[in-house]
Amino acid sequence: MDYAVETTMPDPLAATISAQGLTRRFGAHVAVNDLALELKRGEVLGLLGPNGAGKTTTMQMLTGNLAPSAGTVRICGIDLQDDPVAAKARVGYLPEVPPLYRELTVNEYLTLAAKLHRVPRAKRAEAVGAARQRCGLSDVGGKLIGALSKGYQQRVGIAQAIVHAPDVVILDEPTVGLDPNQIREIRSLIRELGGAHSVILSTHILPEVEAVCDRVQILHHGRIVYNDTIAALKGVESGSTVVLGLRRPPSLGELAALPGVAKAEALEPQHFSIQFATGANADDALVKQAAARDWGLFLLKPAQTSLEDVFVNLTRREDTA
Amino acid sequence: MILTIAGKELKTLFASPLAWVLLCFVQIIIAFVFLKQLDTFFQIQPQLASMPNAPGATDVIAAPMFGIAAALFLFAVPILAMRLIAEERRNQTMVLLMSAPVSMTEIVLGKFLGLTAFFVGVVALATLMPLSLAGATQLDYGLVASLAAGLVLLAAAFVAVSLYVSCLTVHPVAAAVGAFALLMGMLLMGDTAGDGLRSRGWGVAAGLAQVLSPMKNFEAFRKGMIDSYAISCLVLLTALFLVLAIRHLDAQRLRG
Repeated sequence: MDYAVETTMPDPLAATISAQGLTRRFGAHVAVNDLALELKRGEVLGLLGPNGAGKTTTMQMLTGNLAPSAGTVRICGIDLQDDPVAAKARVGYLPEVPPLYRELTVNEYLTLAAKLHRVPRAKRAEAVGAARQRCGLSDVGGKLIGALSKGYQQRVGIAQAIVHAPDVVILDEPTVGLDPNQIREIRSLIRELGGAHSVILSTHILPEVEAVCDRVQILHHGRIVYNDTIAALKGVESGSTVVLGLRRPPSLGELAALPGVAKAEALEPQHFSIQFATGANADDALVKQAAARDWGLFLLKPAQTSLEDVFVNLTRREDTA
Repeated sequence: MILTIAGKELKTLFASPLAWVLLCFVQIIIAFVFLKQLDTFFQIQPQLASMPNAPGATDVIAAPMFGIAAALFLFAVPILAMRLIAEERRNQTMVLLMSAPVSMTEIVLGKFLGLTAFFVGVVALATLMPLSLAGATQLDYGLVASLAAGLVLLAAAFVAVSLYVSCLTVHPVAAAVGAFALLMGMLLMGDTAGDGLRSRGWGVAAGLAQVLSPMKNFEAFRKGMIDSYAISCLVLLTALFLVLAIRHLDAQRLRG
């Protein structure tokens, strides 16, 4: 299903959205500074950052709501500045506040969104039906949007962003104000969207990013300070570092001297962080030693860098620097 | 795409009580003036009959009605036009249009057409009142047509001016008051500045003042005169403020 104005052959590896040198100034204040971003088909990108980091400004520029002071945005190879109509037809956007007309019914509203996004008349009813079904709105088609609960309104906002089957879906804090069940539903919907569309998601909720995103970019003071895949984030140190809990711990020097151990650090009196030498996998040796020397081993688990650690590290360090 | 946006405007307009209240209010006033003028016509009919070249029923009844309608539009248009941009931006629903593959020109023209269509409906309803006399007396259909056409052009000009003011602020009430003030200023200026400038021999400035005074241009229609100068002045004013609105919204995307 591709309703876009011009249809080019989709190249599965080509970037659906790419931004280069994106900069936005408001007077003397630089909200977004030289931001680069690229997304492949089927990727879900999490855009993170503290309040005021420039997430929303970035999203407004990517969707053509705000003109960048410098830099370019290309959507499926179409420059957003040169040919905004063709480019915008390939983007679906849910802003922070969903742009809902409270006085319309869900069906009327989604039909309007489909018309505005140039879905051909013959396919309109089908597109609206599909969007309603995907967002769990099948039962409320005839209801006024103003009469719906916040969770349902949020879903209507998402339905509006995907009704024209865009190549890129941009969601600004889509799970704000929802209850835990609704959050789970929206997350699985986002995962599902990631199959056929590229999704950019901004959020404050870090576990959300770990749950649904393939890649993370952390924004701080308008700059990208981190850009990596979730898999890399989780894989970087897991396996090579473990957390060890001992009831009767030996001295640190003794731990560090064990075969295959590169570094030992005390986290708490009974907890140690053990870093293995590259390539070595000394878990087994560690357990044997602990048993033989009666250290009282009660915990051995891989240390995972959580996204939270990375986030806090990157966004705090710069503040104090 | 322009028609889609115009249709959306009409739909949301009629979904709000504001449009119905205004429609009702304007109709009641116009109907009141219609009945009052009808009464006057009955009273002065014997005198008119003895006069050579006397004004007909249409002159006595329809012309004042449409004059009142024009005065009512002076505040009815700004009140409804504040919804067009200011309220949409305040409710943050403008994003739907801005993110959609439509140009700023299409958005502005769509909104303009939507609200103008509403006022065409108001004019049509008002025109039905004098037409209801068709069986009872000889109507001057030319004058009725000229009045209706003039009022539609006047409403379009008011909508364009108010639409532009609606772009300037996100406060709907400020937009309505601002548009009313601007239209009022044009009315006062048209009455005084145009004549003053012409008497001093500043023809170009006087012509400019004429473009900026829609009410004065409407006067010609009330005399049953299809004056191409008055028509072009009204059309020019409408076009001018539509272009201003488009440019302003485009600049806003740059400024943020």
